[in-house]
Amino acid sequence: MTDTFEEKRKDSVGREGTTIGLFFIRLLLNMGGGCGGDSSEEVAVDLGYEPHVLAVDDNLIDRKLVEKLLKNSSCKVTTAENALRALDYLGLGNDTPEGTASKVNLIITDYCMPGMTGYELLKKIKESSVLKEVPVVIMSSENIPTRINECLEEGAKMFMLKPLKQSDVKQLKWNFMKCRD
Amino acid sequence: MDLVQLQRQLVEYRTSLYHEGFLDEQFTQLQELQDENNPDFVVEVVSLFFEDSERLLNELTKALEQQSIDFKRVDAHVHQLKGSSSSIGAQRVQKVCIAFRNYCEEQNVEGCLKCLQQVRHEYSLVKTKLESMFQLEQQILSAGGSIPM
Repeated sequence: MTDTFEEKRKDSVGREGTTIGLFFIRLLLNMGGGCGGDSSEEVAVDLGYEPHVLAVDDNLIDRKLVEKLLKNSSCKVTTAENALRALDYLGLGNDTPEGTASKVNLIITDYCMPGMTGYELLKKIKESSVLKEVPVVIMSSENIPTRINECLEEGAKMFMLKPLKQSDVKQLKWNFMKCRD
Repeated sequence: MDLVQLQRQLVEYRTSLYHEGFLDEQFTQLQELQDENNPDFVVEVVSLFFEDSERLLNELTKALEQQSIDFKRVDAHVHQLKGSSSSIGAQRVQKVCIAFRNYCEEQNVEGCLKCLQQVRHEYSLVKTKLESMFQLEQQILSAGGSIPM
């Protein structure tokens, strides 16, 4: 991605016109404001890159909220109301038809869900050779240290307390949703 | 009532809801999520909350009427209600749910029944107040004004 950024810069230097000027200004502003994201990610965002997030939560209101928060951060969102549906969507389910597994850049899941918990879902994802590199974030309304440790040890990138705020989602994007080719 | 008066009335009403603990900071977060692309976001989410809560309250009533009460089931419903109320900022409903869950853990029937009554009461209060607030907002919009933050 760094190569692309350099190429763009070389192209733009000699040109006139407001479009290129604006592009440059946005770049400069973004580079100033970012907290940890590298500049190639910023270019990708400007050019319309939308990370795809799978959000899993059995609570209807929470699903709607997390979806809005993610969309406000320019993410494409798919929601699932339980772990089994999520596994199916990811291609790990018993009922997934061949070749329909969907690619996601981040999975965010509630911990307390009926049937399979978010922790169990996390384990299944980490056991999969195809999906184990996808960052998984666990959310919960309860602040229980043993629960948090258990999830982090199993490979969750982060544990977040509900209700989520816009700043939480911004942080997620910066930390875990780097652009891929 | 003219537009300015309506707007002032809304701000006062909203402030009182926070003051009296009906709403908390999370409701403000909800309002901040609303934008030109989703101008009805808050009303939509709150409507979902109303529907979902009514369903849960009915489930809770049924579960607590059983001869042999399944406290795990009761707790599961209260957990949902606690989650939703917390997510929209309905603080008083959330607080009763916390007490409710404790009674579930203790398998205390009387405690649970008392909490059910309380949570119904708090829910109906916050519902009425939010509906009044939305009505005021609608009046302002219809009069061509904008909703003060």
